[in-house]
Amino acid sequence: MRERCSSRLIAVLAATAISLTACGAPAAEDSSHTIVLADSQQLGGFNPVAGYGLAGEAKIYDGLLRLAGGEGLPEFEPALATALPVPNDDLTRWTVSLRSGVRFHDGSELSADDVVATYLAILNPSSASEIRSSFEMIDTVDAIDDMTVRFTLKYPYAAFPTKLLVGIVPAESVREPGLAAESPLNTKPIGTGPYRLASLSPERAVFEANDDYWAGAPEVTHLRVFYVPDDNTRAQRLAAGEFSGASVPPLLANTFADRAGVSVVAHPSADWRGVSLPSGHAVTGDPAIRRALNHGVDRTAMVAHVLGGYGHAAHTPIPEVYGQAHNPDATFRFDRRLANRILDGAGWRAGPDGVRIRDGERAQFTVMYNAADTVRRDLAQAFASDALAVGIEVDLEALSWDRITPRVERDAILLGGGDEPYDPDTQAYKILHSSYVDPSAGSAFDNASRHTNEVIDRELDRARRSSDPTERAEAYREVQSAYVDDPSYVFLTFLDHTYVVRESSWEVSEPVLEPHTHGVLWGPWWSLHTWTRQSVDE
Amino acid sequence: MTVTPQLPLPTPSPRARRARDRGLARMVAVRSLLLVPVLLVVSAGLFAAASISPFDPLVGFLGERYVTASEADKALIAGELGVHIPWYEVYWAWLHSVVTGELGFSRSYSQPVSQVLFERVPATVLLVGVAMSLSVAAALLLGVWTGMRRGGLIDRTVASTCVMIQGLPPFVLALAAIGIFGVGLGWLPVAGHLLLPALVLGLSQLPWMLLAVRESVSANRGADYVAGALARGIDTATITRRHILPSSLAPFVTIVGARLPEVVVGAVLVEEIFSWPGIAEALVQSAYHLDMPLLAVITVGTTGAVMVGSLLADLACVLLDPRVRADG
Repeated sequence: MRERCSSRLIAVLAATAISLTACGAPAAEDSSHTIVLADSQQLGGFNPVAGYGLAGEAKIYDGLLRLAGGEGLPEFEPALATALPVPNDDLTRWTVSLRSGVRFHDGSELSADDVVATYLAILNPSSASEIRSSFEMIDTVDAIDDMTVRFTLKYPYAAFPTKLLVGIVPAESVREPGLAAESPLNTKPIGTGPYRLASLSPERAVFEANDDYWAGAPEVTHLRVFYVPDDNTRAQRLAAGEFSGASVPPLLANTFADRAGVSVVAHPSADWRGVSLPSGHAVTGDPAIRRALNHGVDRTAMVAHVLGGYGHAAHTPIPEVYGQAHNPDATFRFDRRLANRILDGAGWRAGPDGVRIRDGERAQFTVMYNAADTVRRDLAQAFASDALAVGIEVDLEALSWDRITPRVERDAILLGGGDEPYDPDTQAYKILHSSYVDPSAGSAFDNASRHTNEVIDRELDRARRSSDPTERAEAYREVQSAYVDDPSYVFLTFLDHTYVVRESSWEVSEPVLEPHTHGVLWGPWWSLHTWTRQSVDE
Repeated sequence: MTVTPQLPLPTPSPRARRARDRGLARMVAVRSLLLVPVLLVVSAGLFAAASISPFDPLVGFLGERYVTASEADKALIAGELGVHIPWYEVYWAWLHSVVTGELGFSRSYSQPVSQVLFERVPATVLLVGVAMSLSVAAALLLGVWTGMRRGGLIDRTVASTCVMIQGLPPFVLALAAIGIFGVGLGWLPVAGHLLLPALVLGLSQLPWMLLAVRESVSANRGADYVAGALARGIDTATITRRHILPSSLAPFVTIVGARLPEVVVGAVLVEEIFSWPGIAEALVQSAYHLDMPLLAVITVGTTGAVMVGSLLADLACVLLDPRVRADG
């Protein structure tokens, strides 16, 4: 009797196991209008007030403006606004009129109150929003009438359209002040965007097309996003056909290069990596050391070997995609002999072990990097070996950010940036302007080298105050030429973000310049709602 | 507790049964009372330990924005999160809200703690349940088989494999399983599927159970009463089923109870590696973010589950073997 029981138990277990094998794995595409993606980002946290979709990439929400795709620095297009905003002459007052008849997913109609409430929630200290400082130029936000909003700024700010990309939420959802991180919007988002959240579990978020979308219902009707934190696991499951696409780091993406049915897609970004050189340090504060390091690092080799070819050399924080605002002459030629000459000329003489010494000071400093980031580790190692080749010894230390913070002013850091790349101001001002030498002015990592250059300050401010695109571009070119004469960082590379995509019959829209943060909200899917079916009957 | 080879278990007299029931009741009472102070000590210790943790909770909370958020805003956020409040005050407030049934808000998941548990506990129960079922079934089958045939080829193979697995941490088993079944053979999906993590977790617990069964079966096999039963002409299958297996179950149940903490640790590693969306993954996340409401509930809950589990195992032991006394 007992034996029969146990064999029956085993039969049941086996049957369970088999049925789980059969139905456990998600089907790659159960419908021809579904896209299935895998992301390394945790799902949830869908609250724009807490910083979700800061550049308008969130599919659930619309900003007042949105990015237009294509080559170069993206242009702005009106989204919830009827037209691009009109500033007053000194760029301190920006008036936006709203599209009428737009409805939130809960059926309520968009009005100026919602816009005002969203921005006030971001600025309200009791929200403790992590993006608050990025809106610090806003003094007041007012509803002029039901469909018009006016932003009054603390100072003239030409780059203000970049602040109009963030998603708008219903006023009702932010009526109660409180921590943005604890708002119901994180898991039950309400926006006006082309998709609404249908269901959310720890490993999967399902989005459905908003059939009432003001710009027309999307043809891709369902989007499922799986949370798969491990890079290798994500790549394996993609290879097995579970997903239509995923974000995959460059070297891993290259393993898909020759695989049939999938393609590797790389999108340009202004996401830079570079090394800060603290002015207060006897070695890194020396202008000769700074120039020599900039000429001594082989950026091309870093792009090829660390980034698998997916990136570009960075000499300043302004990449080539910025068009007129980019100064093509502001580069550092890779030339170790030149670097050595600069150091010799400044009195740094090779010591007994090859490391240079000047007045008893050894040419040695520490570069700290975020221990969790392997690309930064590899770049830091490449930097250290290039530095040693010109007689400068770099010690590496892998730390967490909270350990790095107290040492910003003493030791170099392998930094990244480009969080808000849609204007040269948001890309470069905080990195280079001397007002951020004081760590309490912004983040301790702003102007991490604590360097002051009057020309750079003047030109950054001129560009910030000017409404003339030509004048602004000229000012930024000046910033870059002043910078290469007096560099305070060693910028190394801009990263291309890599994605692996399964072939489909969808007509995909153009890529867009991507910010520092990325994932499947970006990549080819950044404008999923505009995808159309390729006609099959030719 | 030692188990000596024995004759078929006698039916206890009514007096003995009453004594046993009283003993059981006392054991349940004492152990339940013990549960409360243990949970209090564990939870207080957790809050105290978190307060001296060198991690800045803002690193986990802000992620990449730790670098871009202004120092003023970071101070503001730290204030709103209560980072500077002494741990005993935070603990007291937490204790108070938990006692009144309010589990609080998990900031690593931006969800109420109850919601996180509701979504994840079933996944872990499923994983651990399937893993332990597979493990128990395999331990009983192979344990009895090898215990009855000590020294044979299968016995030696199974025993040495068990010893090898005992020496391997579960994550090594997990990576090996991914390499062999997921990548090499391509039979099973690497993640998001129950079978592979359940097999790995089950396999990691198998040796202890299997070797315990094998040991007691083999001890009973050589006992006088088995020789006597054989001499009376009873066939081996019946002896195994009626006499040897029941006598071997008590130590086995004890082992299952004693392995519970190991199963919890194993589940953490296995869930993390296979990205199984269970409670163990939430434990890692909440610890990294110093998300105290979630971390504390999971820790206290797991401690309670392990204590109750081992109590149940001890109860089962007493009920299975009348010679084991229930004295608390």
